[in-house]
Amino acid sequence: MFRYYIDLALRSLKRTPVLTALMVMAIGIGIGASMTMITVLHVMTDDPMPGRSAQLYTPHLDPLPLDHKQGGDGPDPTDNLTWPDAMALLKAHRATRQAAMAGGSLLVRPGRTGLRPFYVDGRYATADFFAMFGMSFERGQGWSGADDEARARVVVLSDTLDRKLFGDADGIGQMVRMGDNDFRVIGVTADWSPKPMFYADASAQHYSDADEFFLPLSVAVDLKLQTNGNQSGWGKGDAGMSLTGAEMTWLQFWVQLDSPAKAEAYRQYLIDYSAQQKSLGRFQRPPTNAKLYSLMGWLAHENLVPNDVRLQLWLALGFLFVCMINIVALLLAKFLRRSGEISVRRALGAGRRDIFVQLGIESALIGVAGGALGLLVAQLGLWSIRQRPDDYAHLAQMDVPMLLGTLALAVAASVLAGLLPAWRACRVAPALQLKTM
Amino acid sequence: MPAPITGENTTMQIRPILSTLRHHKLTATLLTLQVAFTCAIVCNVAFMVANRVHRIDVPTGIAENELSVIQSKGIEKNENVQARHAADLAALRAIPGVKSVVAVSYALPLGQDESSSGICPSKQALDRAMQLNSIEGSGCVEPSDYDGTPGLIDTLGLRLVEGRDFLPDEYVTQGKPSVAIITRALAQHLYPGQPALGQSMYDGDKFIRVVGIVDTLLRPNLRRPGVDYDSMIMPQLPDDASVAYVLRSAPQNRQRVLKAAAATLVKVDPNRIINPKRMQTYSQIRAAYFQRDTTMIGLLIASALGLLFVTALGIAGLANFWVQQRTRSIGIRRAIGATRGDILRYFQAENFLIVGLGVLPGVLLAVGLNLLLMQHYELPRLPFWYLPVGAAALWLLGQLAVLNPALRAAAVPPVVATRSV
Repeated sequence: MFRYYIDLALRSLKRTPVLTALMVMAIGIGIGASMTMITVLHVMTDDPMPGRSAQLYTPHLDPLPLDHKQGGDGPDPTDNLTWPDAMALLKAHRATRQAAMAGGSLLVRPGRTGLRPFYVDGRYATADFFAMFGMSFERGQGWSGADDEARARVVVLSDTLDRKLFGDADGIGQMVRMGDNDFRVIGVTADWSPKPMFYADASAQHYSDADEFFLPLSVAVDLKLQTNGNQSGWGKGDAGMSLTGAEMTWLQFWVQLDSPAKAEAYRQYLIDYSAQQKSLGRFQRPPTNAKLYSLMGWLAHENLVPNDVRLQLWLALGFLFVCMINIVALLLAKFLRRSGEISVRRALGAGRRDIFVQLGIESALIGVAGGALGLLVAQLGLWSIRQRPDDYAHLAQMDVPMLLGTLALAVAASVLAGLLPAWRACRVAPALQLKTM
Repeated sequence: MPAPITGENTTMQIRPILSTLRHHKLTATLLTLQVAFTCAIVCNVAFMVANRVHRIDVPTGIAENELSVIQSKGIEKNENVQARHAADLAALRAIPGVKSVVAVSYALPLGQDESSSGICPSKQALDRAMQLNSIEGSGCVEPSDYDGTPGLIDTLGLRLVEGRDFLPDEYVTQGKPSVAIITRALAQHLYPGQPALGQSMYDGDKFIRVVGIVDTLLRPNLRRPGVDYDSMIMPQLPDDASVAYVLRSAPQNRQRVLKAAAATLVKVDPNRIINPKRMQTYSQIRAAYFQRDTTMIGLLIASALGLLFVTALGIAGLANFWVQQRTRSIGIRRAIGATRGDILRYFQAENFLIVGLGVLPGVLLAVGLNLLLMQHYELPRLPFWYLPVGAAALWLLGQLAVLNPALRAAAVPPVVATRSV
């Protein structure tokens, strides 16, 4: 029966090629536009650490004085931690793993001849960074907590930077001149760039930046290495802008907590810590201002998706909606025109259900064709987005679920659009129609 | 005898149209609905496009198409920065085609790198700001600071409307200078209703005298319309190993001058980094600043056109269908005396009516959509005149879409009436 219906649908569609083409085009354009934007939003809000993100949290404290007023445009100082707070959380060791970090950009002077000095982005971090984020090492390893304490001048390179500096030779044990200091290479990691770069400060380009080196935070502070990112100080004079001072936030902090119960305990610990700091007179604001964000919760809080992208999505969905109204009207006209044929089928014994299914299949067929066209349109749309210099543009690619989703959405939209026309058509009174034939 | 086209004739045609539409109530309603949503979306999209076009059209006050910028970053420790800049400037000035060149730390209009700090018209205003613990309502403002070597005003092509340029002995390398040139907008914000020239501004530490006023100089980053031109030029020499050289040349020479500048700088001293990304004509700097807006304009226009196209297709498709369906009755009407013009006008009037019924709720929807967008995306209020223009555009679109089917209907010969379909 199903094949018979498909056959009927194809015949019917062939009989009105212009109208069919119009409907396929309408659904194709509508689906194409929507899927382009849905894909962009999908890649931008994707989980950067699948399988690991549920255990990652970032604690936030509120060390601001009571009379601090937040300017409208500036970054929120409580997005980051001060040095004393980060060190206290690190030493307390209440989480399975914990690391403080900050971004930096250093001038690398390659020893190899023929290579000009260049700047490279990286991260100053504490020992747990590698294990907590599950980074894999090609060679060597990260540094230990003891190295952090000893301010060991060691560096871990990304595979790309290692190849650039040492070619095919083994970089482990070699010295690299970064800034004005020499660092010993102790490890090479596989290239690693979660998208978005969730652990970076709000000022980073979250979809295009990648870290190429890692070195101990204590060394960076010791040598006063250049740091990227927002530094929000509220103290008076120069003390307010000291990296190790208690009145300037600039550090990011992440912890690994293996169960929701542990997360709850850590949240309580943050409040207790704030209360203790308040009783010492350092904090002035309520201890309950302390927060623990999950990884995805933090990304939602940071709101990395530009307003323009959201607006584009709404526009595309509005477009799809109008396209669907268009198809409903055209299908209605088409189905009602066939009242005579439907009446004959009814008179020959077909039930309303049969007619409904037959017309539904016809709509679904339009959806399949429209979905195929929509895929083409979406690929074209994504290609044109990839040509743009935006931070996120290079990510605009469809994966298999999105491909299937496109087809599913197209079929669902067209079947939905066919519901009303099919229902109207199968309610035609056969006797009346047959009489006028 | 064909009746002349009169008002009476038109009203006579409305009634049969209405009774036909009553037969296709649902289909006609759907088409009306489509027209309404198209009208609402297209009105708002057109408004957003107009807003963005207005935004990217903002004047900077500088000779945009004659400027190029190249950034150089010295990597030698303990080098004499001032001597380096002076040597670089002399070498750059010698490049054929370069009319003038200055060094700035980084700040340029729409250049995105900026430094800004609060400044007050007087010491009393600063006390007020301290009391309020906020700059709002104190009379103090937060202009963007520009610095540069002598000749900045001329090289950028700024128009000095009052006062004078800096004197050679007013330039400093460290600390704050004691004079400044400000924009007319900043002058008005600091000293409303008074002459600003010669006034002493206070930055909490030091008095800074206004020695000149330039007409227009945009900030490195746009903030909001009222304060975008609050800029202040200081006679401060760039004092960092990283510096940007601004070259002025004839527009057609810019690319050549940039290439020559890069080669010259490396020749003068190879111990520096010249990032090819920081080697741009000013037009490229401007384009980079508004890159998101231009993307958005393109997308908005494409989607508005797509929407109009789909709606036109819908109208044409349905009209085509109705013409086929009514071929027989058209033949009958032709047989009993209706002219081709009558048939044509019948379909045109029908379309006019359907689109009209859609446009009315459409403008209301447009206003509603605008209110929603104002709430979530900080869009300004839709000006009233967009509504009649949007409505007229849809009416025109409808008429164009229906023309072909209507002409086909008009071509139906009267003899069709005698055939049984």
